[in-house]
Amino acid sequence: MTERLSAPYRLHYAYTRSTGPVIGRFLDSLRDRVLEGIRAADGRVLFPPTEYDEQGRATTGEFVQLRPTGTVTSYTWVNEPRPTHPLDRPFAWALIKLDGADTAMVHAVDAGKEKAMKVGMRVRVRWAEKATGTIRDIVCFDPISPIIKTPVDLNYFVRPGEHQSQYLHALAEGRFIGGRCRVTGRVYVPPRGATPESGLPTEDEVIDLPDTGVLTTFTVVRIPFEGQKLTPPYVFGAIVLDGADVPIYHLVSGIPYEQIRMGMRVRAKWKPREEWGTTLENIEYFEPTGEPDAPFDSYAMHL
Amino acid sequence: MSERCAVIGIGQTKHSESRKDVSLAGLLREAAFRALADAGLESFQDIDAVVIGTAPDMFEGVMMPELFLADALGAVGKPIMRVHTAGSVGGSTAIVASSLIQTGIHERVLTLAFEKQSESNAMWALSPAIPFQPQLVAGAGGYFAPLIRAYIRRHDAHPDTGCVVAVKDREHGLLNPYAHLHLKQTLEEVKAAPVLWDPIRYSETCPSSDGAVAMVLASEKAAQGIKNPAWVRGTSVRTESTFRAHRDQINPQAGKDCAKHVYAQAGITNPYEEIDVAEIYVPFSWFEPMWLENLGFAEEGQGWRLTMDGKTRLGAEMPINPSGGVMCTNPIGASGMLRFAEAALQVRGMAGAHQVDGAKTALGHAYGGGSQFFAMWVVSSEKP
Repeated sequence: MTERLSAPYRLHYAYTRSTGPVIGRFLDSLRDRVLEGIRAADGRVLFPPTEYDEQGRATTGEFVQLRPTGTVTSYTWVNEPRPTHPLDRPFAWALIKLDGADTAMVHAVDAGKEKAMKVGMRVRVRWAEKATGTIRDIVCFDPISPIIKTPVDLNYFVRPGEHQSQYLHALAEGRFIGGRCRVTGRVYVPPRGATPESGLPTEDEVIDLPDTGVLTTFTVVRIPFEGQKLTPPYVFGAIVLDGADVPIYHLVSGIPYEQIRMGMRVRAKWKPREEWGTTLENIEYFEPTGEPDAPFDSYAMHL
Repeated sequence: MSERCAVIGIGQTKHSESRKDVSLAGLLREAAFRALADAGLESFQDIDAVVIGTAPDMFEGVMMPELFLADALGAVGKPIMRVHTAGSVGGSTAIVASSLIQTGIHERVLTLAFEKQSESNAMWALSPAIPFQPQLVAGAGGYFAPLIRAYIRRHDAHPDTGCVVAVKDREHGLLNPYAHLHLKQTLEEVKAAPVLWDPIRYSETCPSSDGAVAMVLASEKAAQGIKNPAWVRGTSVRTESTFRAHRDQINPQAGKDCAKHVYAQAGITNPYEEIDVAEIYVPFSWFEPMWLENLGFAEEGQGWRLTMDGKTRLGAEMPINPSGGVMCTNPIGASGMLRFAEAALQVRGMAGAHQVDGAKTALGHAYGGGSQFFAMWVVSSEKP
């Protein structure tokens, strides 16, 4: 069989168009980022404007300025844009009725993904940076969200006060201290400028406390959230140090989660001394001491 | 407190995960106009004062919303005030409003509570990474999960109790057209849900909602001609400190004191017998049995048995949260007032599909902070 021949062939010619009084004005207005429809004989506003309506009746010549926003009345999704398409990524061809217009125009919506497209969705014109007086002065339409971003950014200094500072300085030396309530004698960790029981500062003389105690209760955090510093899952619990009457809260580790239990005797696992500062973060976590569990009644008043 | 106070108008929004269709002011106006219409009032001109409540500003990121809401709520030229007691705020807001009637200061007070959770992140707001300490607390669930564990241990409660409450409240929610969650779930499905804060499962937590609720409270004179007003028979607010040594967080003293105080005003000696229905603040399902005990519906340690025996279902002896409660709808700031409003709806006989037959006396309850703030009211179809 003889070979079938083929050769590329390009027809190219720079045609011109006479746009007429209506389309011409419409395109010229686009240069100034102005959208103009035209009033039809029956009172409707046609956009884009035409010299005649779909019945062939002449339009009135009265131009009506429209807002650059509208509503999608129908669409089809384009997964693989062609070189001549207005966008180089997947987009929607949509019928868009501008606010104040009675007819829809075809244009592209840059919605990102098909799921974001919906009949009835609100869209806004994205203008081209450089005007050409063609329909390409409208690059495409962008979805309008009724939501705006309003970030808040507040900057504070945290000044922990006299009693808390004393406690934090002790932590920097690897020690726990508490303060005794002047009225009830109960021991608060940290010492307080005012105890909830008396309203008075704890006694001036602070009490040294060991880094051992009882895990009274706990939770395993498995939920991630914005701003979280630790990676779930992790366990934090209430630990009443031996000799104290209020719990402190810290991580519990060094043992599989399912073996952690209420009443477990625990001890602080300190970070290396060179990492210590004025913070409870000097302690990595509390871990089991291996001693027998405390009986429930011995810590039930701390729950 | 010499004047009688009646609830004459109740309105709430459709609650949902995100009410993107309305602004904050629009959300409130939706509830407000429904309450006005229910009260037979035409405009804000018939209102003497406005009392609003919402959760801490960090939850929405709007500082002092009462300032910009004044004109949205027709409060220009009138008193407007905001109440602020964390999660219990909806309850204490209604109580401040009722006191303006009971003291004879005003004839009609509009009270509203709201939250647009979709505009912020309460979990983030509740879990700050403060200097000098590790960031441990992970939202409200992180705070309350250890207390729930302690309740279960202290009273050897049946481990399914929390799941049973979740199934029940979601079934109730199906009967409430305003509820955010409309979920039909089996016990097996609830039990199979992932654990977020051990022992709390995802299915045992409340949703995050956008929503608002409004009530028109009126003096006896202003309540004339109103069909089935709900009469306020008692109100109480109690508070306790968070970090007091030997504080019982499972059965807080402030909650017990608040209940005692409100029952005394309403002449209630046996709440289980004398209260027909209760709307109580249960953001995590295990709080139903905990509050049943705190509120005196059950002896200490027996609350979970009431739940497990099905006594708290709609149609049973002591219906709890027939609206579906916080487990179905949680616009935080509004959640407490929704309890108060649902209690009033019940005694007005206007609760629709979730109406408790013949309900005459109802309790509305809210709590907040680390179980520090309590607010309660008892409403009745009968005048005090």
